[in-house]
Amino acid sequence: MSGPSVEVVAGGVAARRAFLAILWRDIFVTGKELGYFLSQVTIQPLFMLLVFGKVLNAGGYVSDEYSRLFLPGVIALTAFVTALQTVALPLVMELSYTKEIEDRLLAPLPTYLVAVEKMVIAVLRSLVAAGLMFPVGALVLGSLPWHVERLPLLLVSLVLAGWIGAALGLALATTVPPAKVNMVFAMILTPIMFTGATQYPWQSLDSIAWFKVLTAINPLTYASEAVRGAMVPHVPHIPPWLCLLVLVGAGTALSAVGVRGFLRRTIH
Amino acid sequence: MTAAVQVEELVKRYPKQDRNAVDGLSFTVKPGEIFGLLGPNGAGKSTTIGVLTTRIRLTAGDVRVAGVDVMRDPVAARRRIAVVPQQANLDRELTPRQNLTFHAAYHGVPRIRRDELVGGLLTQFGLAAQADAKLDWYSGGMAQRLMIARAMMHEPAVLFLDEPTTGLDPQARLFLWERVRELRARGVTIVLTTHDLEEASVMADRVGIVDHGRMVAMDTPAGLTRGLAGRSVLDVTMTLADGDEMTGVVVALQTVVGVDRAEPLDSTSVRLALTNEPETLIGPVVTLLAGRSATVTALRSGAPTLEDVFLHLTGDELR
Repeated sequence: MSGPSVEVVAGGVAARRAFLAILWRDIFVTGKELGYFLSQVTIQPLFMLLVFGKVLNAGGYVSDEYSRLFLPGVIALTAFVTALQTVALPLVMELSYTKEIEDRLLAPLPTYLVAVEKMVIAVLRSLVAAGLMFPVGALVLGSLPWHVERLPLLLVSLVLAGWIGAALGLALATTVPPAKVNMVFAMILTPIMFTGATQYPWQSLDSIAWFKVLTAINPLTYASEAVRGAMVPHVPHIPPWLCLLVLVGAGTALSAVGVRGFLRRTIH
Repeated sequence: MTAAVQVEELVKRYPKQDRNAVDGLSFTVKPGEIFGLLGPNGAGKSTTIGVLTTRIRLTAGDVRVAGVDVMRDPVAARRRIAVVPQQANLDRELTPRQNLTFHAAYHGVPRIRRDELVGGLLTQFGLAAQADAKLDWYSGGMAQRLMIARAMMHEPAVLFLDEPTTGLDPQARLFLWERVRELRARGVTIVLTTHDLEEASVMADRVGIVDHGRMVAMDTPAGLTRGLAGRSVLDVTMTLADGDEMTGVVVALQTVVGVDRAEPLDSTSVRLALTNEPETLIGPVVTLLAGRSATVTALRSGAPTLEDVFLHLTGDELR
């Protein structure tokens, strides 16, 4: 027997090419509907900022300080929700009704990589959406908290926020029956959005212990806290290293569930 | 020469099922052949195609496409096959042309080759004028043609067509049959599943009939119908010579080689039950009648069709 055959080597090249081509397809489609995509992902955070950061502040109900600590939470939430939305509903449709994904499932790459690609494009789209929130935030609130030396932490936090959103989307889309998906999303998404420390710092919850515990089991909390740690470090926050650790752990676990669900749905 | 498709003792049992969906199926398809897989609903055709196209994992057996073991190396198998499913699965976010180019990109076809192929295939499948239209405007027939064109973009060795003409009008059906023959002429092996027995007999070089997860018959369409030769009939209508009697004609026809028995239908026609194909008996029958100065006014042969073979082998109860 000789060493690895030509075929095996070529197979790896084919898989890499196929992966990049599928990623390019998603980038291409995002580009085609860029206006629609951008308005879809910014409309909700824009109004949240406007009401909680500006209107309530103008009425004297919340302080300038609150506006400043709310923005990082909104940015983390935008990354998380955008990634989740990029994967979840489209994948439900592709797997059950349009079968659009079949052409990619028959491309020459291991099937799990099709699921990984879904998460990669979701993270890329979530970074664009989160990035857009900086000028939007500056415009609405009139200023932008900014720490150059903490930019790497900010970027890593946003990537991880997108990843847990994407992985959760993958897990939901492949395990929930298509007919129940709308209900499940409503049941799961709202609690996650409101117990994810996006609208309040986690350490401010000392007086409501049960809610503090509930918030601590939501991975979004660690994304919000990490982004807050990067943007407004003077506000008490969970140590960034702990946030990143939890996010990596949650991302890995959710990805494992999601990829396994994806394989179960696509190969019988 | 490596077989294009080789299936040996394929078994597939789905979880929580008490019987095998495919139960020891074996067949081989030669390169450049059009092979038709027939069978009633639930016979195991779709499962077999699913295994061949790497979407269903087999329980036991050995399945190879173009020499590649689909279980051991599904990625390599995918490079050699293309699948046209029954239900349209085109990428609706892309234009028809982009459906072709992106498919080729997934398969690593270089850009220059992609551009060469796209134009030719769009023209061949009659879609050049609508190549940049919205997919929503495509009819079922156009979508079907586009899916075959897409399948050809990575120049596969084996093309799987699942019920390719279901729901198409006769023109679209003929158009598709012609295109499929052109693909075969280029050396592509084609495996098609169909319920349309006329399609199978017109298109396929060989036909395999599957029932209860097993192959119950496999031959050329002509070979399969020949097996039922004893079931064909020839109805002869004639004007008898003056003074001749029908009973005498019936007795005489009974002596023709290949006629199992003859029975009068009415005063001017006779039904012959045959042991040979009807075409071979027209001459002897006409000659015999001419000898009695009878004039043959009509001949109607009822040869067994693939449908008769199919019903004979798989029974006629509804599934």
